[in-house]
Amino acid sequence: MSDVRIGVYVCHCGKNIGGVIDPAKVTEFAGKLPNVVVARDYMYMCSSPGQSLIEEDIKRYGLNRVIVAACSPRMHEPTFQGVLKRTGLNPWLLQMVNIREHVTWVHDDVPQRAEEKAKELVAAAVARAAHLHEITTEKFPVVSSALVIGGGIAGIRASLDLANAGIKVYLVEKKQSIGGKMAQLDKTFPTLDCSQCILTPLMVEVSRHPNISIYAYSEVVDVSGSAGDFKVKVKLKPTYVDWDKCTGCGTCVEKCPGRAPKEFDEGLSNRKAIYFEFAQAVPRRPVIDAEHCLWFTRGICRVCEKVCPVGAIDYSQKERYVELNVGAIVVAIGYELYDLSKIREYGYGKFKNVVSGLQFERISSADGPTKGRILRPSDGKEPKTIGIVLCAGSRDEKHKKYCCRYGCAAALKHVYYIKHSIPDAKVLILYTDIRAFGKGYEEFYQRFRGEEDVFFIRGRPAEIFENKDGSLIFDVYDSNTGQLVNVKADLVVLEGAVEPPKEWESLRRLLKVSCDPGGFALELHPKLRPFETTSDGVFLAGAIQGPKDIPDTVAHAAAAAAAAIGFLSKGYVESVPYLAFVNEDICSGCGLCASVCPYDAITIEEKEGKRVAKVNVINCKGCGTCVATCPSGAMQQNYFTDTQLLSEVVSLAGGVK
Amino acid sequence: MSEKVKVALYWCASCGGCEEAVVDLGEDLIRLSNMIDIVFWPVAVDFKRSDVEEMPDGSIDISFINGGIRLTEHEEMVKLLRRKSKLVVAFGSCAQTGGVPGLANLLSRDEILRYIYVEAPTVVNFEGSMPKEEVAVTSRHKIELPRLLKYVKALDQVIDVDYYIPGCAPTPEVVRRSLEILLGGKLPPKGSVLGASNKSLCDECDLNKTKPEKILLKDVKRVHEVKLDLSKCYLAQGVICLGPVTRGGCGTLCIKGGMPCTGCSGPLDNVKDFGARAISYLASILDYEDEVQARKVIEEYIVDPVGWLYRYSLPKSLVRGKYQGLESDKHE
Repeated sequence: MSDVRIGVYVCHCGKNIGGVIDPAKVTEFAGKLPNVVVARDYMYMCSSPGQSLIEEDIKRYGLNRVIVAACSPRMHEPTFQGVLKRTGLNPWLLQMVNIREHVTWVHDDVPQRAEEKAKELVAAAVARAAHLHEITTEKFPVVSSALVIGGGIAGIRASLDLANAGIKVYLVEKKQSIGGKMAQLDKTFPTLDCSQCILTPLMVEVSRHPNISIYAYSEVVDVSGSAGDFKVKVKLKPTYVDWDKCTGCGTCVEKCPGRAPKEFDEGLSNRKAIYFEFAQAVPRRPVIDAEHCLWFTRGICRVCEKVCPVGAIDYSQKERYVELNVGAIVVAIGYELYDLSKIREYGYGKFKNVVSGLQFERISSADGPTKGRILRPSDGKEPKTIGIVLCAGSRDEKHKKYCCRYGCAAALKHVYYIKHSIPDAKVLILYTDIRAFGKGYEEFYQRFRGEEDVFFIRGRPAEIFENKDGSLIFDVYDSNTGQLVNVKADLVVLEGAVEPPKEWESLRRLLKVSCDPGGFALELHPKLRPFETTSDGVFLAGAIQGPKDIPDTVAHAAAAAAAAIGFLSKGYVESVPYLAFVNEDICSGCGLCASVCPYDAITIEEKEGKRVAKVNVINCKGCGTCVATCPSGAMQQNYFTDTQLLSEVVSLAGGVK
Repeated sequence: MSEKVKVALYWCASCGGCEEAVVDLGEDLIRLSNMIDIVFWPVAVDFKRSDVEEMPDGSIDISFINGGIRLTEHEEMVKLLRRKSKLVVAFGSCAQTGGVPGLANLLSRDEILRYIYVEAPTVVNFEGSMPKEEVAVTSRHKIELPRLLKYVKALDQVIDVDYYIPGCAPTPEVVRRSLEILLGGKLPPKGSVLGASNKSLCDECDLNKTKPEKILLKDVKRVHEVKLDLSKCYLAQGVICLGPVTRGGCGTLCIKGGMPCTGCSGPLDNVKDFGARAISYLASILDYEDEVQARKVIEEYIVDPVGWLYRYSLPKSLVRGKYQGLESDKHE
């Protein structure tokens, strides 16, 4: 395309642009620039008549470059690319000039200079437009299956939605049972449904679904390939029980003499060395904990082997690996509780009667260590005064800056547990703010706000001390009344901060997903694309994207599943237009581009005995890191070549005469 | 054409290594002497400036000029040679990009003179005498000395240059290949770099294939601080090698000798600023968690970033050197 024919279209954007500068003057200026065949201004270029204006000009004047000086390309680049497409022009022959966000919105105090800037930017775009070239994208097929990592409520919901849409789902869970944190809860706020009653049917549905394969007690150890065609390596940790033979009868568990703290009860009770995670576990298969098993630690016992009616015990089992091929990955690994012992002044881990909210759930739960009776851990006595500390580690510069988003409602729920079980108990809620934001939460809050013997104190305990009898004393400054309150409590419950699970750091590197300042997965857009990531084909479900309560988690998981279904059912993935490409005549195969590529999209290959870089078109996201790194200028990027950028810069440096 | 090719060689601000590079051609010099006539070569042949001035314009076929432009004398001489020559070839890094003398652009002319003539610890100069441009020897005779320019310049910042031969100094192989091209009669486009490759040095480096899939440096070492494994890519061993930014063609002599590349062959055709490219690639592969840590390591190991990354090219960089007044009197 040697004959460059440019059309320049200057938008008023109502008063957004037209109220500060005179678009007609910019248009007049543009009309005199080299290669510009036609220049026009219009009130709303993105409107239907505005688009038709461009469309007709392209046909009438045989334009082969279109410059639209309007808003941000993030806003309307696709709109105007559509105009080019409709006339048969390649959409990448469009050049947007942002004279709204970059000019009129920020320089409305100096309109004259703003107009000069608009002209300079248009001139730079005209200089650049001559070097634009057509860009075509490639399409690649996708594998219609999905991996869901994490079997909590988010993973369960996402798996079921995907499976019901006819997609094969592999659900990988690190523990021996799916269910996650929700299985440990007694009730759920604000409706106070029994947590297990609403969760376990879904767990069973997952286990019976023909489209779902569960890999429990497993971890994702490697991810390669690319969106639509991931190769995933899953490690199956040794359970020392042949789960195919095992019927889940539980005789082994009953007879096992080994003991260890029960994780499911947050360490408040003991389990056996061979154990089910909990009674309603799915899959209901036991695991031997080699650290506490007498055979593994002392070479004696082997009772489980003797009593197993089907001969499923296998002490020689080793870890195994399976390779999965999936088109999409849904990350639903949830959260972990922050280590509350790091908040030294609260004495968690030191004082037995300072418990976490999750421990309190176990204490309140009918299948928990106290069979649902609220008794304090130190002596099994019924507590009469209970302090509930909110924001324990949350909204705290020293610990986690962000809000846990469950603590307020959980604390209110815990008031319900206490008043329901011990009607004459006194409850003190030590809060910073009560954030009752969800549907029905405010009503839930009001229900307890007026209740007898429930005190809302706005403040955090200074330091908690333990009395000889196990009770706890602390001072708290109530900022509502301006009083220093001296509290003696029999039990203190900390509604603790949350953080991403430990394995997230390595997993996110495999998936090439960034994280936010709190360490949680970074979504593609906080408002508009909260369940997608910058890694195509990788979706986020639930609390790994940020702290969430159950209703939000389920909604988020269903949205992630819908996005994954949409991605898979489209049937193909398309390469990005801003692809990096190598000039093989210059490339020396030094490999620095491959070193810095965050998407593993570059490999160094042998070609006629020489090393050269090769860009994997599916993996490349067009970030440009390799282009900036390339020491020899061999790596270039579509739509941002050195020539294109330089022509723009040179024009800007020259200014407007 | 039975006549021999008329050749001039001249040196400006140079260490003499480039002259040495010509001598390094060895026996090829004898073969060469059958093809060329040396009409001017101050270091080896006794011709004077007046001899050149007397030659008709354009009568020299090729002038090879090495060294940076440091003095008014250099400026005068290269302008003279330009006028008398059909082709001018910038020979070596100093002529091509300013070279090591170009690092003087980090200081002002006054700072340089004051240090050299007064402040240096080994100098005894109680009167504070400074070099003068004119000194009266007798009442009727005076001698003139060339003046130090404000900036050291590359040859093409003073005169039009046809070709470049890279290297500090160009290796005999690069010189031989360049001469073959120039004397072969089939000339490449004006502005070409002769005798070298248009790929970076990694392309011809034996160690390139030992490079790991990813190079991310956690720990940068200076060459004297580490026992280099000579069979593995130096960069991968944490020693910064400028091979990736540098034009190939030298045959990786330094690397074969156990030293990382310092970039004397200059940048590739489509790179505008050698040091900027080098910084860009180094910054990309330094793998530090935060700025504080990165800064510490950089300050500790990259002690003289300009002297190191612009060792041969400061005058041709976008920053040029220390600001010494307005653009208008820059060429003084």
